Amino acid sequence: MTTARDLLEETASQTAGPFVHIGCIPTFAGVEGVFPEDLGLSPIRDDAKGERLTIRGAIFDGTGWPLRDAMLESWQADAAGLFPGQEGADPGVGGFCRFAADRETGEFTLKTVRPGRVALRDGRMQAPHISLWIVARGINTGLQTRIYFEDEDNTADPLLSRIEQRPRVQTLIAKRTGAGEFRFDIRLQGEGETVFLDL
Amino acid sequence: MTDAPLMPRRRELHPVAHDPDYKTSVTRSPNLPLLSMESTPSEETGPRFGHSLIGALDNNLILNFSRGTAPAIGERIRIFGRVLDETGRPVPETLVEIWQANAGGRYRHVKDTYFAPLDPNFGGCGRTLTDAEGRYEFLTIRPGAYPWPNRANDWRPMHVHFSVFGHAFGQRLITQMYFEGDPLIERCPIVHTVRDRGQIDRLVASLDLQNSRAMDFLAYRFDIVLRGRRQTMFENRPEGM
Ligand SMILES: [Fe+3]
Repeated sequence: MTTARDLLEETASQTAGPFVHIGCIPTFAGVEGVFPEDLGLSPIRDDAKGERLTIRGAIFDGTGWPLRDAMLESWQADAAGLFPGQEGADPGVGGFCRFAADRETGEFTLKTVRPGRVALRDGRMQAPHISLWIVARGINTGLQTRIYFEDEDNTADPLLSRIEQRPRVQTLIAKRTGAGEFRFDIRLQGEGETVFLDL
Repeated sequence: MTDAPLMPRRRELHPVAHDPDYKTSVTRSPNLPLLSMESTPSEETGPRFGHSLIGALDNNLILNFSRGTAPAIGERIRIFGRVLDETGRPVPETLVEIWQANAGGRYRHVKDTYFAPLDPNFGGCGRTLTDAEGRYEFLTIRPGAYPWPNRANDWRPMHVHFSVFGHAFGQRLITQMYFEGDPLIERCPIVHTVRDRGQIDRLVASLDLQNSRAMDFLAYRFDIVLRGRRQTMFENRPEGM
């Protein structure tokens, strides 16, 4: 068995910097022709099962100014709550998406399917959610958070239940703005600071 | 083993979020503590990418922008190493992406307005999959140091940005590799957001003459460690018991 002393230390994170797009979504960054297309353009194919969702939002710094250089990644289960690679998972759902804040406005858009519920190891069910990872200049270690949905029953979700200050739960819940449309804003610090995760 | 919980991240090995010497971090760092919990399937699973994704020149930044027709300008180097997890096991078949400035210290990006010229034959990005033993390599040019707006006269040491996936979304890591002997490393506020000296030293790739090729390129070795998975036998009942 491995003891604590035998363990290697995880490589330290460093900020992705302002030009993360060159490495991760080069076509978006204007570096064209190196790869046929950017990785993670969509988390779904046309034949994916489930309700189509469009989630829009922006990431605000501590002064209330939207980040224009952030890159986001999302990871989610299919409509039945299965992750890609698991037995029976929907082949139409890749589950992974990369997207960026707009260079002028800071707005981002994620088009996907509504994920199903996913069980924990102990059998408790998690409410439907999409995992998010956010990197940008000034963010020294990528920030993890989750998008939950206003129109789901989130009451028994194990993660949301751990948030002591109940009003903060709302920072993880996307608000319905229309049929299949949601708004999810992220606040890096200050009033309404989003709950960021360490798991 | 693949669905075992991830080891908790040892935050003291990572940069502080808020560092006044790196000014942008002041308004972009959470003030409140992170919410900690054992990893769930959402963090224990992650996207996988196959060999069909990778083109023949993808890990050759000297040639991939001109599609093999004209080499980029600069000192030719090979960057290589292994991707391991905390338990020392190799992480095979995982995507490694890099990006960097050209030999003059200029990025191919509309927001980079530094005086150094663009190189018409350098794009600045590359990617590869690790092999069965977690090994990867890139052929590129040594990036130039460049000034950046922070304190009045801050310069970034020569560096290559790395993005690594691992096999779980919770292993996701972006970092930077520096070059042995660069005097700007000690003066860089971004480097020093990491407080642990050993952790900084592990971001500095060492010159490896053994793996260089005479009359062609120098080699720099950079190993990357991702979060590991816990051994579940002692903490959780095995499945079905
Ligand atoms: Fe850089």
